[in-house]
Amino acid sequence: MLTRRIIACLDCREGRVVKGVQFVDLIDAGDPAALAHRHAQEGADEIVLLDITATHEGRATLLDTVRRTAQSLFVPFTVGGGIRTAADAEAVFEAGADKVSINSAALADPELIGQIGASFGAQAVIVAIDARRDPDSPDPVRNARVFTHGGRKDTGRTAVEWAREAESRGAGEILLTSMDSDGTRNGFDCELTAAVSSAVRIPVIASGGAGTVAHFAEVFGAGKADAALAASIFHFGVSSARSLKLELAKTGIPVRLPC
Amino acid sequence: MQVTVIDYKAGNLTSVVKALRHLGAEVEVTDRPEQLAKAERIILPGVGHFAATRRLDETGLTPAIRAAIDRRIPFLGICVGMQWLLQGSTEAPDQPGLGFFPGICQRFPDGDEKVPHVGWNSIDTNMVGPKLFQGLRHCEYVYFTHSYYVPRLTLMCDRDGQLYPASAADTDYVVNFAAALEWDNVFGVQFHPEKSGEAGLRILKNFLEFRPC
Repeated sequence: MLTRRIIACLDCREGRVVKGVQFVDLIDAGDPAALAHRHAQEGADEIVLLDITATHEGRATLLDTVRRTAQSLFVPFTVGGGIRTAADAEAVFEAGADKVSINSAALADPELIGQIGASFGAQAVIVAIDARRDPDSPDPVRNARVFTHGGRKDTGRTAVEWAREAESRGAGEILLTSMDSDGTRNGFDCELTAAVSSAVRIPVIASGGAGTVAHFAEVFGAGKADAALAASIFHFGVSSARSLKLELAKTGIPVRLPC
Repeated sequence: MQVTVIDYKAGNLTSVVKALRHLGAEVEVTDRPEQLAKAERIILPGVGHFAATRRLDETGLTPAIRAAIDRRIPFLGICVGMQWLLQGSTEAPDQPGLGFFPGICQRFPDGDEKVPHVGWNSIDTNMVGPKLFQGLRHCEYVYFTHSYYVPRLTLMCDRDGQLYPASAADTDYVVNFAAALEWDNVFGVQFHPEKSGEAGLRILKNFLEFRPC
């Protein structure tokens, strides 16, 4: 049976793992290579490294970080942040990533999705969407808006419609972050996740708001998520992927339990 | 352990090569058919579209692979590399496969389930005990990412007495499909052993240590 994936996310800046709380208040949480390895050992199904350095000088640091992290990592490894061109993606793949996550660059130039896919396969392209409910709309969830620049810029597009376009352009997966929930540890936005997941046939990874085991059970159930991303829940020893999965298994959610 | 990885521009080879080196293999990556004449062991990876295998025909790699298989060199196809071992795929109807195994790869039918099939799924290994899965649990989890599948094979004999193999492992997702094939010195896996954690490394190690009898 296909299992629901628990993906450990490492937000990195200048080669160090940090975790944002609603995109601000960064605190240092360690070495990405060491943490990625630890998460994989503890049962994380995949690792995502999101680079939030965004400066030009930081790119070389990122590639070095990717190379070091990929060296002994034998689960799927995704890298995102600052990938603006097919050449940026290629450099990250050459450094050892299996997938790239593209966000604002895909919005600016949707053809980028197909360009990367043509060389590396659709399975290697994740389109990340940062969305926030639209409280002024009669349907705040279905009309949840896509934001870029850490939530400062409203693209005017809805998450559902952009996810569909990304799929039609050849995205392999969608990584959906609820900006309302991100960093709160109050739970995923299950309604938003379900709206996007039902609108596309490709897998949707839910992100933002993980705090307890129950939150994961909810997003895999009502939220219809194929995978869920978690960062802060792991880093400080709050929980390991293994203990999280054991608890999820008890609620009947299919998870991979390595020996 | 020497192993030759075929590069036919179908996706990223980095992960496969890295996993093989991690296991202590001496890896040679090549896109030239003449290199296969002296290969001791061959891996054909591949992600993406079945049509990418056309390059194997255009560059002369197809007859070189056929010759290597006839020499009883251990051969492993991964993902599209496994699909190519069949007669073809509905993904690219004009592009023939090697035809080592019978059947045509199909797209997962439309329904409620997501396509592609992405993530960790369990494999149900054949009763005979495939060589590729020695030392693994019966229902090990491995990482898949694909929209086309190899139909499950059952052991059968045709009118001429030719014996066809059963799949080495099967997986359920929408349909019951072949997760792995194994016949003599020829192996195929639909999943990505290089991305399947300790279980995947063990499968690659079993392939690297396999000796045809």
